[in-house]
Amino acid sequence: MTIMISIPSALRQFAGGQSQIQVEARTAGEALEQLTATHIELRRHLFSDQNALRNFVNVYVNDEDIRHAAGADTQLKDGDTIMIVPSIAGGAAAEQEVVEELPMLSREEIARYSRHLIMPEVGMHGQRKLKAASVLMIGTGGLGAPTGMYLAAAGVGRLGIVDFDVVEASNLQRQIIHGTRDVGRRKTDSARDRLRDINPHIEIETHETRLTSENALRLFENYNIIVDGTDNFPTRYLVNDACVLTGKPNVYGSIFRFEGQASVFWPSAKNASGACYRCLYPEPPPPGLVPSCAEGGVLGVLPGIVGAIQANETIKIILGAEDILVNRLLLFDAWQMKFRELKLRKDPRCPVCGENPTIKELIDYEEFCGLRAEPQARESRLEEITATELKRRIDRGDDIQIIDVREPHEYEIARIPGTKLIPLSQIVNRLNEIDPSRETICHCKGGVRSAKAIDALNRAGFPGRLINLKGGITAWSNDVDPTVPTY
Amino acid sequence: MIALGQQHLTEIRAHGERDYPYECCGLLIGRFARDGTKLVLETYPISNAREEAAKRNRFLIRPEELLRGERYAREKKLEVIGFYHSHPDHQAVPSQYDLEHAWPTYSYIIVSVSNSRAEDLWSWEMQPDRSRFNKEEIEEFVGADL
Repeated sequence: MTIMISIPSALRQFAGGQSQIQVEARTAGEALEQLTATHIELRRHLFSDQNALRNFVNVYVNDEDIRHAAGADTQLKDGDTIMIVPSIAGGAAAEQEVVEELPMLSREEIARYSRHLIMPEVGMHGQRKLKAASVLMIGTGGLGAPTGMYLAAAGVGRLGIVDFDVVEASNLQRQIIHGTRDVGRRKTDSARDRLRDINPHIEIETHETRLTSENALRLFENYNIIVDGTDNFPTRYLVNDACVLTGKPNVYGSIFRFEGQASVFWPSAKNASGACYRCLYPEPPPPGLVPSCAEGGVLGVLPGIVGAIQANETIKIILGAEDILVNRLLLFDAWQMKFRELKLRKDPRCPVCGENPTIKELIDYEEFCGLRAEPQARESRLEEITATELKRRIDRGDDIQIIDVREPHEYEIARIPGTKLIPLSQIVNRLNEIDPSRETICHCKGGVRSAKAIDALNRAGFPGRLINLKGGITAWSNDVDPTVPTY
Repeated sequence: MIALGQQHLTEIRAHGERDYPYECCGLLIGRFARDGTKLVLETYPISNAREEAAKRNRFLIRPEELLRGERYAREKKLEVIGFYHSHPDHQAVPSQYDLEHAWPTYSYIIVSVSNSRAEDLWSWEMQPDRSRFNKEEIEEFVGADL
């Protein structure tokens, strides 16, 4: 069949200046193949790199769109005409403007990222976006470890890490960015070395400091995305508010025992008005109600899973992907091996991202979470003893009894000799097992739960004298008997 | 290079302001001069009544509308030489999405509109290897100078 193809004016320069080209073909697909075989330059403007007709290119056979007929297999008759017509795209960029000034990739980088590059969702362009991006990670603990390692491996061009801690042996069960030889080193130093080893092509910036209301905005300004890997409520609210105030996406994760959460809090997201952490949790829990991982424990793999999800979402934000965890709270239970998802909604009355925000600058987050005043009040009532003093009194043969308020499985890990175990949850019910005529020392792992036990016993009317072991069994191990393991 | 009359620039800006906070769009009708310069002789606004659908697929001008515009241009012995659209509350810079959905030769004029006021107006032309848009020089002429 002899077919006439009209060439749109924009493409004539790639068809030898002709406005019409004649081909011999039986189907529309064949006609386009014929056309682009003789005019190779035309091909890239009609077909994608995957050889599919570009989605904005429409082909008409005698005024009928072939998508409404048989597509490329649409049959042609002698004398038919084919027209090629574009649809015109619009819309401001969903992602950052990246038309100009994306960094190029070196030969080594192309080799390194090849598994990314061969996927059209990433490709050269996406990989260059990753290289142009910067991410600030708050904490290099359980969550920050996998997040940092995957972001470094993926080629995120500039990674900032904020931490003020030192690597301890009890970190190594989950914080896989640090190794055994790093115990005692600054976490920022240890993390930097590991990340540099994973990928020498990226920049790593260490911020050896505690994140505070004074430095947060300044730190956040220099990065595109913030990843929250913190383990406490004051810092979590601080990260949230600073992200809202600077307009940065907050890639959130949290973990406890076997359960994890992940989401992306991003009120200024394009095309969606995203909830922030305060829309989800307007008020922090009362102090002490929610135990930390140090008190309650955490399965070592759990932060690996949640942190990898955070890395995943961070990379998708950089690439401009659509289905990110905005307005979605992902809940994961490692023990049941179940994922669930909750829909989040932006709260128009949210004090920081709502319509009439009352928080316009960073506040005192320790105070907001009720952590300032309380310990002083407790200290005034609480009688305490240090581990060394306790040892002296035991050696002297004083008539004292020691109650361990930890859980049985903790008792199995380490114990102070001659103690009686009554877990905190049972302390009031088993009050009659404690002799009120003798002085009673209470201890736990670090001193917090035993202080609660003393408080509970006092309120239950226990008449005897109660003394808290300052620093718990950890202090005992450090100051008195190093053969008692710390955990 | 693209040459437009003052009145065309005014019309594009006014269209952007009128449709704010939605995007506006239209065709640029005129002719290709021998030296490659594009000369705009008329703007052809396209109504954008299907905002919801457009938001989803992000195509502002459907092929049927473009065909209608081309027919109109042909009657006047002119051609469609490019397109304009607005970026409400956004820079007048094309996105990666725009790059994947464009052809060379055409001019793509973007006007940024913020708070109902038209601001930057830039014209872009895709490099023939599809790798990027380049800013295109805009020459403004006064109607009678033709």
